[in-house]
Amino acid sequence: MGYPNQPHQRETPVLSRYFGDAEARSLEGWKKRGGYKALEKALGMAPADIVTVVKESGLRGRGGAGFPTGMKWSFMKPGDGRPHYLCCNADESEPGTFKDRELMRWTPHALVEGCAIGAYAIGAETAYIYIRGEFTEPLYWMEQAVKEAYAAGIIGKNAMGSGKRVDVYVHKGAGAYICGEETALMNSLEGRRGNPRIKPPFPAVSGVFGMPTTINNVETLIAAAPILMNGADWYRKMSLSNPKSTGTKLFSVCGNVQRPGTYEVVMGFPFKEFLYDLCGGPPHGRKFKAVIPGGASVPIQTLEEAEATLMDYEGFVAQGSMLGSGGVIVIDDAQSMVSVIARIARFFAHESCAQCTQCREGTAWTTKIMERIRDGQGTIEDMDTLLDIAEQMTGKTICVLSDSCAVPVVSGINKFRSEFEALIQGRRFHPVVAAVA
Amino acid sequence: MTPDLVGGLESPDYASHDRAAHEPYTPVFTGDVKRELDELLSHYPTKMAALLPALWIVQRERGWVSDEGMEEVSGLLELTPAYVKGVVTFYTMYHQHPVGKYFIQVCTTSPCGICGAEDVVKAFLRHTNAGELGITSPDGRFTVIEVECLGACGFATPVMVNEEFIESVSPEKVPDLIARLA
Repeated sequence: MGYPNQPHQRETPVLSRYFGDAEARSLEGWKKRGGYKALEKALGMAPADIVTVVKESGLRGRGGAGFPTGMKWSFMKPGDGRPHYLCCNADESEPGTFKDRELMRWTPHALVEGCAIGAYAIGAETAYIYIRGEFTEPLYWMEQAVKEAYAAGIIGKNAMGSGKRVDVYVHKGAGAYICGEETALMNSLEGRRGNPRIKPPFPAVSGVFGMPTTINNVETLIAAAPILMNGADWYRKMSLSNPKSTGTKLFSVCGNVQRPGTYEVVMGFPFKEFLYDLCGGPPHGRKFKAVIPGGASVPIQTLEEAEATLMDYEGFVAQGSMLGSGGVIVIDDAQSMVSVIARIARFFAHESCAQCTQCREGTAWTTKIMERIRDGQGTIEDMDTLLDIAEQMTGKTICVLSDSCAVPVVSGINKFRSEFEALIQGRRFHPVVAAVA
Repeated sequence: MTPDLVGGLESPDYASHDRAAHEPYTPVFTGDVKRELDELLSHYPTKMAALLPALWIVQRERGWVSDEGMEEVSGLLELTPAYVKGVVTFYTMYHQHPVGKYFIQVCTTSPCGICGAEDVVKAFLRHTNAGELGITSPDGRFTVIEVECLGACGFATPVMVNEEFIESVSPEKVPDLIARLA
C-alpha cells in the first residue's frame, strides 16, 4: 500500500499489507497474521516441489534483472555433498528504490520466513541476509526477528520440529553500492573488498565460500510465502498485460510528486493512472517532464513514453526503459535534466569499484563533462564525446555499473537534447517540456 | 531519543573518542566483546568472513578504525594488517580518522537533489558551525558530509546522525534537530 500514505483502493496489497502496522513486527503479531504457516507447509514438502510451484507461479526476480526465480532455484543441484548457501540481497542502494527498506522494517519476520523457505528449497542450511550498513532501522528489526525466530525454534538446528537445519544470519554491509551486485556481495560477505567477480563460474556453481549459492532480492523471497499458501495459479492470474509478468510488484515513488511512497500494484497496471491517480500527480503548479521508472540505472522516459506504459517487465521495455528495481523517480518541469543526469553520473563515479578501466575512467570523465555542461562551460562537441565514452562503457566490463552510468546519459542526450544545447549556447535553463525523441 | 526516529535504537556515544587519537591503544576485543566476536565467527565457515562485523565492533567501541584497530583485527582473524587496510579503505562507512561527536550524513543523490537536499546541507553547515563538508566543527561536536543514496528517497531528505536515521528533513527543521543533539 502507498505507505506512508493511506492505501489506495486500486492497489493490491499482498506483501505490503502490514506496512505501518507495528504489531506485525513481533513474532506473536506476525503469527496472528498467518505468519510461518507457509514455512510449516514448505518443510513438509519435497524441496523440488517447492521449486516447481515457484516456477509455475511465474515469479521473477524483483531486484532488477527479472530472472525467473524458480529456474534460478533449479540450478542448485541437490545432494552434491557440498554446503549450499542462500544469500538475501538487502543491499538496496539503487537511487529511487526503498521498497525493501519498508519490507524489512515493517515485516521482518516475512523475510526470515522467505529466507527459510528459499534455503530449504535449494538445499541450503544457511542463509545470509546482507543488509546495507546505512539501514540501521531495518537492521535492528531484522536482528530482533531472527533472535525471536531462533528462540521459538522456528529456525535453527531443528526448524519447526521438522528435523531440518535452517540457519539465518544478518550481515551488515559497510557502505558500497556495488555490493548490491551479486558477486560483489559474495566477496563482501567473505570479508573482501566488494569487487565484482568474472562470470562464469556462476554463483550456482561456485558462489560464496566457493560453494553453490543462490542470491535473491528481499521482495522475491518474501513473495515465496504467499505463493506457497495460495498456489501458483492465484499468483499467475495476477497479471494485467503480459502473461510473462505475474503477481504484484512494489514500486517506490520519489521525486517531484504529490504522494511519494511505496505502492503495490498488479503487474501490467497502467503507469499513467499510477502516476496521476495513486501518486497524486505533480506538485501544485508544476507538470511532469520525465520519469526514471526503475532506479537511476535505467533509461529515462519522456512523459509521453511513461504515460503509454503498462507496468511490467515487457511494458517498460516497450516504452524505452526497464522495470529495474521498481524505483520510480519523477521529475517535473522545474528541474534541469542536465543537472539531474550530472548528479546521477557523480553517483556512479563515486560508487565505481575502479576495477575495470572503462568504468573507472568513464564514470569520472562523464561526470566532469556533464558538470561542465551544467555550469555553462560545455561545447557542442561534448555531447558527441559523452556518447562516445558511453559506447566504450557499455558491455565491456565485469559488471554493469559502467553500463548503468552510460544509460541515463545516452537517453538524456537523445530525449532532452534541447536542454543540453540551451546550456551550451549560453542560454539560462528555462523549464521546458521535453521534445519527443 | 524520540521513538519516531529509530524505534529506541541507541546511538553509540562518540564523546570520548575525541581524545582517542592521542591515547595509547588498548585492545578492543576483551571480555564480552571478545565473546561477541567468537559468536560471530560461528556464523561463517571462514575467519575472514567476520572481518566486516569485527571492524564494525571496533568502530562502535572506539568511534573510528585506527591502524592499531586494524592490526588487532588482523591478528584475531589471521589476516595481514595490509589486507585489512585494503578492505577498510574500500568501504565508505568506516571512519579512518576521528570524527565529531555527531557524524551527520545528508543524502544528496538525484531523487533527494531534486527535492532540495542542497539547501538541507547548507542549513547543517551553517547551524553546526562546521562550515565545510568533512571538517569537524571547532567545538568537536559535528562533522557534516554529503552521502550517496541512503535508500529512503520517498522521505527526502533523509539524514543520518551516527546510527540514527531521520526522515524528511527540510532546512527549517535543522535548527531544532541540532538543538536536540546538543
